[in-house]
Amino acid sequence: MTQVALPPGAIVADKAPPPFSILDYEGNLRPDIDPSLVPEIPDADCLRLYREFIKLRLIDDRYLKLQRQGRLGFYMQSTGEEATQLGVAYALKQSDWIYPSYREPGIAFFRGYSIHDFTNQLFGNAEDPIKGRQMPVHHSFRAGNFVSISSPVGTQIPQAVGTARAAQILKHDTVVSVFFGEGTTSPGDFHVGLNFAGVWKAPVIFVCRNNGWAISTPLALQTASPSIAHKALGYGFPGLLVDGNDILAMISATRIAAARARAGEGPTLIEALTYRRAAHSSSDDPSVYRKGKDDEVREWERRDPVARFSRYLERKGILTPAIDAQYREELTEEISAALKHVETVGVPPLISLIEDVYAQPTAQLREQLAELLTMPRQKLGHG
Amino acid sequence: MPVYNIIQAVNDALRIEMRKNGNIVVLGEDVGNFGGVFRATSGLQEEFGKERVMDTPLAEAGIIGSAIGMALYGLRPVAEIQFSDFIFPAFDQIVNELAKFRYRSGGEYPAPMVIRTPYGGGIRGGHYHSQSPEAYFAHTPGLKIVIPSSPYDAKGLLLSAMREEDPILFMEPKRIYRAARGEVPEGEYTIPIGQAKVVRPGKGVTVLCYGAMLHTVLEAVEKQGAGEFDPEVIDLRTLVPLDTDTILESVRKTGRVVIVYEAPKTCGFGAELSAIIAEKALLHLEAPIARVAGLDTPFPYTLEMEYLPSPERVAKAIAETARF
Repeated sequence: MTQVALPPGAIVADKAPPPFSILDYEGNLRPDIDPSLVPEIPDADCLRLYREFIKLRLIDDRYLKLQRQGRLGFYMQSTGEEATQLGVAYALKQSDWIYPSYREPGIAFFRGYSIHDFTNQLFGNAEDPIKGRQMPVHHSFRAGNFVSISSPVGTQIPQAVGTARAAQILKHDTVVSVFFGEGTTSPGDFHVGLNFAGVWKAPVIFVCRNNGWAISTPLALQTASPSIAHKALGYGFPGLLVDGNDILAMISATRIAAARARAGEGPTLIEALTYRRAAHSSSDDPSVYRKGKDDEVREWERRDPVARFSRYLERKGILTPAIDAQYREELTEEISAALKHVETVGVPPLISLIEDVYAQPTAQLREQLAELLTMPRQKLGHG
Repeated sequence: MPVYNIIQAVNDALRIEMRKNGNIVVLGEDVGNFGGVFRATSGLQEEFGKERVMDTPLAEAGIIGSAIGMALYGLRPVAEIQFSDFIFPAFDQIVNELAKFRYRSGGEYPAPMVIRTPYGGGIRGGHYHSQSPEAYFAHTPGLKIVIPSSPYDAKGLLLSAMREEDPILFMEPKRIYRAARGEVPEGEYTIPIGQAKVVRPGKGVTVLCYGAMLHTVLEAVEKQGAGEFDPEVIDLRTLVPLDTDTILESVRKTGRVVIVYEAPKTCGFGAELSAIIAEKALLHLEAPIARVAGLDTPFPYTLEMEYLPSPERVAKAIAETARF
């Protein structure tokens, strides 16, 4: 290969280092790990986290099946990406703000979002916290400082930076964490957001769940950068490459990023290396575009975040088969109760159509609703 | 009572509200140290500091996106988009995010804030410093759109806008930024959002307009002979939510309507006004509704005064409508 020599002053990116990882794939502490980077987690917290892992798995399995049975319109799994969500959730304070993408239900759950509310949202019924206004998985959980989700990717990034800037202006201790996939490092909002954050030294943690696939588009078609973490350098702050399937590494990295933010040292970009084992959504079929990639999927199953954490906890004697069985039973029951409950709940009232467009409905909206109320209800679809 | 132009009135409103409400922050390109390219935020950073009057990097999506995040957290941002021609990189943030936040979150996350932006032609600005993009935003539920036409209204409406619970697009007619001068009371006063103003009462023809076009219409009435048809001139002041009562009351009285706006004619805000009148007052009409608007072209440079509705074109439309 010929190479044109670069002049003095040239700046070239280094290769990406191996990701920061604490647990190996068998759930052992890596022998070369600096002990000061291994987070101390009380046993009760370990079990709480484990229960959240199981909750996500059980819900993903059950709700995807429901979608396949035609009982649920749409669903998005986060199977295999649980440690990325829960690591950040555990490392931050409840008062810190989360700007999620659509694959972080674990953070809402960790902060107290109930399976009932989660399920009601998926069904868009009269008890849906967001009143049937959005497709499934577009949750909003104000009590948990978990900001309303939108579908266009990346819009949440400059918003998160604005919230962090507001906290900085108001001298609050709040840190903001914003989530997105690696595909979302392509649109402008990503770059605009990181640039504003760098200039403002905003207390924000950017968490890129690099799960390898943006629907059918692999990472190599999104960026020529040696890593996503590298992109932080252009905006004047560090990028951390982290094993996103290792909850201990995610907790440790997030704690460092949060400490930086609270100390006024500005933003951090965490690239959490993980893998989208399931389809993009229930409307997607990866067998079309991931043909011949079975080895890739199997390799990431071997790195499963739940198995790694559970083995670690078993080895420490914290988790026992009895506790595991108990959690599964309790959660299965809770899920069944929520699903049974939605069968008894109707759709939101028609007036909710015009509420929350503005603080108060305008005269025009009231007139439009009045006209609607005189008409028979229209059925979904045609014919 | 002091005599201000619109820029001074805007500046006065910002200063008053920032003194009163510590959560108001101003952000945008060149708004701080320089005081804005039109000087509307002049002196504010000096008084309120760099955290409340922020010079941002040059990216509209970042200005609006970060302002949304500030609003969600409890600040009251007043974001400036330097020219409304440059608002489109922030279109997604405004249309898909800001306008929908309250609704899509079931009321959990309202984002009250103000976007100030100069708009309109007649300043030798070519097509990237002259456009009137109000119709794009009027088509977006969740936004309120306010357009003042005088210093008095600019101050009173902007003070109201900063106290609203909804996101406001506050469009400032830059052609008359300095030309429109008038007495402005010192201290606080507000003008309700959603109320049109009958600027000149009359019985002959209803003339609907807003922003700089009010002055074109008044010139048509006062200097181009349209006054003989006894027009009733209405300044809409707020496009969304629209004061349909004032409009329809006038139309039922006059039976004749001329709508004047400087944006391209097709699908401009005048099309909506025309439709509402046709829906609600057709049988009161004695003449076809007339629209005097910009051409369906990109905004021109050299021939901009031919593109823009002139007092002569407005006077002709009023005369033809009155005589129909």
